[in-house]
Amino acid sequence: MNSEAPPRKIPPPPRKPLPPPAPAPKAAEAAPAAQPVVEAPRSPIHINLTDVHKSFGPKHVLNGLSLEVPRGQSVVIIGGSGTGKSVTLKCILGILTPDQGSILVDDKEIIGQSARDREAMLRHFGMLFQGAALFDSLSVWENVAFGLIQGRKMPRGEAKEIAIAKLAQVGLGPEVGELSPAELSGGMQKRVGLARAIASDPDVIFFDEPTTGLDPIMADVINDLIVKCVKEVGATAVSITHDMASARKIADKIAMIYKGEIIWEGPADTVDDSGNEYVQQFINGSADGPIQMEVLKP
Amino acid sequence: MDSLARLNIFATIGRFVLALCTEVGRIAIFTKNSVWHCFAPPIYLRLIVHQMIRIGYNSLPVVGLTAFFTGGVLALQIYIGGTRFNAESLVASIVALGITRELGPVLAGLMVAGRVSAAIAAELGTMRVTEQIDALVTLSTNPFKYLVAPRIIAAVLCLPMLVAIADTIGIMGGWVVGTKSLGFNSAVYIKNTVDFLEFSDIFSGLVKSAVFGFIIALMGCYHGYNSAGGAQGVGKATTNAVVSASILILAANYVLTSLLFTS
Repeated sequence: MNSEAPPRKIPPPPRKPLPPPAPAPKAAEAAPAAQPVVEAPRSPIHINLTDVHKSFGPKHVLNGLSLEVPRGQSVVIIGGSGTGKSVTLKCILGILTPDQGSILVDDKEIIGQSARDREAMLRHFGMLFQGAALFDSLSVWENVAFGLIQGRKMPRGEAKEIAIAKLAQVGLGPEVGELSPAELSGGMQKRVGLARAIASDPDVIFFDEPTTGLDPIMADVINDLIVKCVKEVGATAVSITHDMASARKIADKIAMIYKGEIIWEGPADTVDDSGNEYVQQFINGSADGPIQMEVLKP
Repeated sequence: MDSLARLNIFATIGRFVLALCTEVGRIAIFTKNSVWHCFAPPIYLRLIVHQMIRIGYNSLPVVGLTAFFTGGVLALQIYIGGTRFNAESLVASIVALGITRELGPVLAGLMVAGRVSAAIAAELGTMRVTEQIDALVTLSTNPFKYLVAPRIIAAVLCLPMLVAIADTIGIMGGWVVGTKSLGFNSAVYIKNTVDFLEFSDIFSGLVKSAVFGFIIALMGCYHGYNSAGGAQGVGKATTNAVVSASILILAANYVLTSLLFTS
């Protein structure tokens, strides 16, 4: 399969200037002024996956996946169902452990890190799940403020104020905060999920199929919100989707995954001229081409 | 052909043994993680109280009714058996002993297993298939600490309280049947109950019930946490939780009775 695919394009340097260094954590702020905290220069590559393999029994989902996510950019991974997109995200988040390979976040290896280190790392991450994954037992504002209250031990009153502000950022009024997630429509749940993902001003935000299951207008609203929120927070974003309209709107860089490998990557505006027949088939949504779906024909 | 069939039998047995060992290993690791997070800070007191209300307070009607009718039936049966060799006077003491040592803890345990283990498995199973547990991880919250530990702590604390109440109601059920239906004198019935009952009878029942509480919450959490495959998977997890909790309660009851009473 690899031999058929054209060589991968080398991604250009980040188009955006590097964001200023993140503010030091609170503990550092409280440190005496006589001992300033000197931050090491940060790598322009925020997340670096190298030769990542993951199998479930006899099924090989990731087959040596390699991908670089530049700091402050929005990278969208496109690919069909069952090609390993969600598994890639779960490996970066530490929900799944790769069998082989390396995943560096801020130049630190995260495979095999302790649970405590992983929790500390995830405080700088946010994620919007495909089905929003809101907690049924909590109200909307408690969902948005969850990471602040549980992860950062913020007082509930203060966390609620931030949650209401984040809800406003995604176009939802404070009255929505008191509702239960079950009382919201699919689009509103996605927006609450987005508010939760950006609530703690993360350095990295993941979007898992952000527009799946939404009508085209609501999908575009969510895309606009993603672009707006990612820019406001100044975060690195990694999205997985098979919705090309969404990918074109939110991506600085697009990577295509097929059978657990990245077979093409490049700037978003070059995706139509990729010269890769797999990418062309995917973006045109054609049944004919090198990608053959495993469908039993009568 | 014959040798092939024989090999197939060995393969089936081998697969069964491997699956059993895998499951036991998984439960052991899950138990170790659960117990660790029950003691390691932070402890979510608000969640523990919330779970105590759901597991303990909300189970009171079921446990109370079960105990009342069991006490009544026990009094009737002992009376019928006792009349055959003029031992009717033992009704009060045997009801008290039977309820506090065996029937109170076991029946309360089984009733709560049916009610609570299923509810925990269904709730955690739904959270698993709707990615809510993954969402907890991404919000830097340990699911064991946030979901499993509060349920286990609440169940271990609540079951002895429920059983203490069940013991009281069960003995009361025996007293109601004894005095209203079998013609016992109320004061004599109560005196017989108090005279024959020892602290160790009640205490051993409470110890058993704490273990049963642990089993109930652990099985509910284990099967719910590891459920997969959508609605069907959640249904399977719920069934497995109730069945495994009930069997483990009966097995643990035998082991604990051996340990507590044979010495």
